[in-house]
Amino acid sequence: MNMKKSLLIAVGFVLILSTVLAGCGGKSAGGQGKTLIYGRGADSPQLDPALVTDGESFRVTENVMETLVEYKKKSMEVKPGLAKDWEQSDDGKTWTFHLREGIQFHDGTPFNAEAVVFNFERWMNQEMKPSKKDDFTYYASMFGGFKGDEGHIIESVKAVDEYTVQFQLKESQGPFLQNLAMSPFAIASPKAVKADPAEFAQHPVGTGPFKFKSWKKGDSITIVKNEDYWQEGLPKLDRVIFESIPDNSARFTALQSGDIDVMDGLNPDDAKRVEKNENLQLLKRPPNNVGYLAFNTEKEPFDNKKVRQAINHAVNKKGLIKSFYAGLAEPAKNPIPPSMWGYNEKVEPYEYDLDKAKQLLKEAGYEDGFKATFYAMPEPRPYMPDGKKIAEYIQADLKKIGIEVEIVSPEWQTYLEDTEQGKHEMALLGWTGDNGDPDNFLYVLLDQDNARVPAQNIAFYKNEQLHDILIKAQRETEQSKRAELYKKAQHIIHEDAPWVPLVYSTPSLAAQSYVKGYQPHPKGSDSLAEVDIEK
Amino acid sequence: MLIPVLIGMSIITFSIVHAIPGSPAKAILGERATPEAMERLEENMGLNDPLYIQYFRYVGNLLQGDLGTSVQTGRPVAEEILPYLTATFELALCAMLIAIFFGVNLGILSAWRQNTSVDYLSMVIALIGVSMPVFWLGLMEQWIFAQELDWLPSNGRMDPRMFFEPITNFYLLDALIQGNLYALQDAFRHMLLPAIALGTIPMAIIARMTRSSMLEVLRSDYIRTARAKGVREGLIIYKHALKNAFIPIITVFGLQMGLLLGGAILTETIFSWPGVGRYLYDAIHARDYAVVQSGILIVATIFVIINLIVDLLYAWIDPRIQYGKE
Repeated sequence: MNMKKSLLIAVGFVLILSTVLAGCGGKSAGGQGKTLIYGRGADSPQLDPALVTDGESFRVTENVMETLVEYKKKSMEVKPGLAKDWEQSDDGKTWTFHLREGIQFHDGTPFNAEAVVFNFERWMNQEMKPSKKDDFTYYASMFGGFKGDEGHIIESVKAVDEYTVQFQLKESQGPFLQNLAMSPFAIASPKAVKADPAEFAQHPVGTGPFKFKSWKKGDSITIVKNEDYWQEGLPKLDRVIFESIPDNSARFTALQSGDIDVMDGLNPDDAKRVEKNENLQLLKRPPNNVGYLAFNTEKEPFDNKKVRQAINHAVNKKGLIKSFYAGLAEPAKNPIPPSMWGYNEKVEPYEYDLDKAKQLLKEAGYEDGFKATFYAMPEPRPYMPDGKKIAEYIQADLKKIGIEVEIVSPEWQTYLEDTEQGKHEMALLGWTGDNGDPDNFLYVLLDQDNARVPAQNIAFYKNEQLHDILIKAQRETEQSKRAELYKKAQHIIHEDAPWVPLVYSTPSLAAQSYVKGYQPHPKGSDSLAEVDIEK
Repeated sequence: MLIPVLIGMSIITFSIVHAIPGSPAKAILGERATPEAMERLEENMGLNDPLYIQYFRYVGNLLQGDLGTSVQTGRPVAEEILPYLTATFELALCAMLIAIFFGVNLGILSAWRQNTSVDYLSMVIALIGVSMPVFWLGLMEQWIFAQELDWLPSNGRMDPRMFFEPITNFYLLDALIQGNLYALQDAFRHMLLPAIALGTIPMAIIARMTRSSMLEVLRSDYIRTARAKGVREGLIIYKHALKNAFIPIITVFGLQMGLLLGGAILTETIFSWPGVGRYLYDAIHARDYAVVQSGILIVATIFVIINLIVDLLYAWIDPRIQYGKE
């Protein structure tokens, strides 16, 4: 009898297993049109773009809500969005935007000048935050604070008529237009926000190509086609599902087995495997970042320009890119990425030359070298996949010219605190651009205004001449004039060498080869309106 | 017991969470933490108050049933944590079923055939099971069954293409209630790999425990008597012996279940299982104090409750054990 029983159990087990395996071939769950599954590293914290600063939230809101002006397809230059055109007064203080007509929010309410005014009023008024804990962080940092703050740049926003909005600025702001194209400043439906400001962050309503559908926390977010989208023929997909798969390798496995269609956060090492696999394609995101090595210019011997230049000659950027970026990066020579207007092509990079480095050290009086601490970040960042390994690589070269560095790698937040306090002598760090404006790199990271503790200019680099140029460029509104100023600034920075600019990394995505029209955008989140699936 | 344990837990988690270097504002802002933004955020989050005030505010809210609000998502923790908890619970339960089924049988087999090759083989399997890191096993499973053979899905709880509205958020149960066989099958297929990965270590521990406790029981007089009477071997083992050998096994089960709930982080990360381990892990990363404190408190409470249930189970299995009477 016992034998029979075990036999029964065994048979039952085989039966269950066979039903399980029977479903193996079929991955689709019926015809729901064209569905794209986007695998990514983490869920979105909130879906009100004005309240967040993280990429995973923008990745979704980008497709649900739109901004007055947008970035062009492959660059950070501005083109019309919800506003079809605009003009600017001669003093640069008044901006008038003419809006597109006949656009509706997903809840059926009309998009008009009132809606734009409502959104700006909401962001600039601290009282209109959904809760005490929330913060319109990006608004404050791009427009100099909130209403009533001294540095707040926007004097007023007015609806001139149904489809005309006028911004009055307290003083001209060079990056103003660039700022308006940022994802946090997407226009929300006033009706939906007023109904329940806290709920809005769970259920965004905008004018975008896709409508928000559902959210399984920690798991997936589904958006569906907006049938009434104002751009004819778009979007091409019926549904997009953002699925969070935290582990990079597991996500890659899911892509290879066809569970997902697109993935971001590809390990550089896996890029080669994607290129060899004919079912997959590699999508390179144009760089909008810089990874750098900063010297603490307030500490000896890094207060000596020659020492900094010597180390600039001692870093093998090409080798570094080959070893740790699998080739998916470009060597950097300026603090801003080459895709940005105002990039100075003419700057001659410090070539990798250890003899020259030794010579410079000798001139500086450090013929016998010295010792220093070198901070290397403990976590992968978009601009640097493995800080510690990169630091070790640089360490080996520095040893050849007599500089002994000790690598320190505290936990990420301690790392940020230590470096902004200036506890380091040398440190690796990087920056991803926000608004495509050189000011966002050069002023933030290298101006003396930001060299006070807690500093964002962790080189503590101070140069009056540079400061004057950067401030002048902030006030100037004509782009060509600004570009000239920034080119000059890059020359000064290059000569003073407060950094070793290391790389501009091209973070890569991988997709099934049947995914068409996917154009990764430098800003880090992509519009999926023109993406299609052709099986 | 529950109350002092919880008070202790609340103090410990609060202190640990606040002792971690780095502020939540910094975690949120990262490289772009300007002094003004940091100051504003910390003020918003009430982090500028002295620690003891923060603690009493936290406990005061707890007593009113308010577990706090997540800094990241701006939603109440009590509401937010539920789907994560059920996801973990479902996974842990399935892992435990696998662990018990295979662990107990393997243990019995090797006790029954002590010192034979069957015994050695079973114990080697158990040894490998205990020593194998979960993440390695998980990745191997993914590589073999998902990538190479393409038999089972490598991540998530269900094919996201599936139209499926969970009710209780126990997907297997929900699919069954809705009579959605396709979803049931899909949920089951998604469950297999992570449940096996998670269940392997407790399986091995249970196997060893069962073996030693069975060996003891099998030597006892009443078993010899039963054998002498000619009772069939199967009946002796599964009915007479196993019942008495079960007490230590249940203890292990209780402890392991608690560990599974808290220790599923690795499995959940590898298989993208949206469970409480991953929820807490992300929260620690983001210095989301409210989520970490209340999340750990909830997991601890469940741990205590499970052990309470296990204690009660003893009495049910062995009538000789009685509580409250001396």
